[in-house]
Amino acid sequence: MRVEQISVFLENKAGRLSEVTRILSEAGVNIRALSLADTSDFGILRLIVNDNDKAKEALKRNGFTVGKTDVVAVEVGDHPGGLHKILDVLYQANVNVEYMYAFVQQSGNNAVIIFRFDNLEEAVKILTQNGIKVIDGSVLYGM
Amino acid sequence: MIYNMEYETMPREALEAIQFKRLQATLERVYAMVPFYRNKFHEAGITPSDVRALSDLHCLPFTTKQDLRDNYPYGMFAVPMDNVVRIHASSGTTGKPTVVGYTARDIETWAELMARALASGGASRGDIIHNAYGYGLFTGGLGVHYGAEKLGASVIPISGGNTKRQIMIMKDFRPTILTCTPSYALHLGEVAQEMGVDFQGLHFKSGVFGAEPWSEEMRQEIERKLHLSAVDIYGLSEVLGPGVAVECIDAKNGLHIAEDHFIAEIIDPETGEVLPNGKRGELVFTSITKEAFPIVRYRTRDISMLHREPCICGRTHVRMSRVTGRTDDMLIIRGVNVFPSQIESVLMEMEGVEPHYQLVVDRKDNLDLLTVRVEVGEHIFSDEVRMLQTLERKISKNIKEFLGVSAKVKLVEPKTIERSEGKAKRVIDNRVL
Repeated sequence: MRVEQISVFLENKAGRLSEVTRILSEAGVNIRALSLADTSDFGILRLIVNDNDKAKEALKRNGFTVGKTDVVAVEVGDHPGGLHKILDVLYQANVNVEYMYAFVQQSGNNAVIIFRFDNLEEAVKILTQNGIKVIDGSVLYGM
Repeated sequence: MIYNMEYETMPREALEAIQFKRLQATLERVYAMVPFYRNKFHEAGITPSDVRALSDLHCLPFTTKQDLRDNYPYGMFAVPMDNVVRIHASSGTTGKPTVVGYTARDIETWAELMARALASGGASRGDIIHNAYGYGLFTGGLGVHYGAEKLGASVIPISGGNTKRQIMIMKDFRPTILTCTPSYALHLGEVAQEMGVDFQGLHFKSGVFGAEPWSEEMRQEIERKLHLSAVDIYGLSEVLGPGVAVECIDAKNGLHIAEDHFIAEIIDPETGEVLPNGKRGELVFTSITKEAFPIVRYRTRDISMLHREPCICGRTHVRMSRVTGRTDDMLIIRGVNVFPSQIESVLMEMEGVEPHYQLVVDRKDNLDLLTVRVEVGEHIFSDEVRMLQTLERKISKNIKEFLGVSAKVKLVEPKTIERSEGKAKRVIDNRVL
């Protein structure tokens, strides 16, 4: 019930992000979702792609520092209060969200949100107990 | 004013006679008391009695910073610890500092030389000296302090930092002589301006500035902005501390070396050969009166040259030109000696950090800013911003604790630090002196 995410260290300077997209494009990797966290000096690009190994290998070959983290993809009702319901469940259970971002595609009538938790196992357990749909990586990569 | 007329204006012949007598005594003593020197002399096939004239000095082996490190902490002391009344230290090239000791007589000698230096910079009895050199293991603060008292001046032991308070004290206490690093002098000028305090309305006549290299242009800027006459002072703890050499306010053209206490040479840093007057090379010092920590032919790594032409001030002591650089990679940041290898040790002690780093030094508002660029490898990378920021802070804190210098840490992508011929360029110094 987990999704593999790759993260890339970027300096805050012109052309670094397009360098990443160029490398992925040339390697034939499709980006499913992404988020960029930045400070005044550096940024961390997080990506969900259709082929993690290929993406990681291509980026490393081009000198980038690449990390791999497990995250959770959750289906969110595409209507007012959809996201709130999920966050409320997590809050009640005292589960901390490190960060989150939206997936580019929908699953049926629902949106997909990527969550990074401190304690992934615990979070997945609580989400499923509360009837929230967690999407497996294998499904997501091909979505 | 000349503090010690007899010694400072002594005819060359008499001065050299005293130098030779004192050199012989020093060599006899280090040979007898310091195993390091005895071994070094043996290796060179020399005993102190082989030195029959001042010109024989060049036959003696050099002493280097590495030698001091190898004998850390007290191995180079030539007196029992009972006789050592003071210990100072300066940064070493890696973890351990260079330790020096002083007997009561050494402290007396140092005070005398600093009294001479302050007088040479325009101070006399009745002056109030605002001493903003750091007090502590660094020799600057206490060196000036003892000299000021010896001279009979009043000393304000303000030490470094807390600049706004310093300006207030300058206004209220009315000091007439300023002593600090030249970059701090300019910083004081700027902070005063921000506070609406004009140096013209203060009471300074002159300033004695040193502990870091500076230029003629910087002197003019200090004199213009601070409305005082600025002289250059030189010293290093291994030889004594401040007071080894100082400019006279009359000529401001080269620093008179206290030749009745030290013998200076200029050598070719590659071959070790002694160079003639007027040739640029590495400064080498031999102390000839020190008791606790005598030093023979110490390679300072500072680049300068010697001039023997008579000076208008009347002092007969040789002049060294202002230091223009180093023969090693040492940086002086806000008066603190920093070797890239020290930063490397700090980084290497941290788990997962690789030794791919670069030091960038800038000067902003006349304060040195050190940025340490560290490449982010997989072991320290995280997908969370918080973790990387914590790492930056931790490196910065360790550098501060270990080296006593503030540094901004900037994480950079791998392989972004320029490598020339496989060797990384460790230092980018953007300061224009």
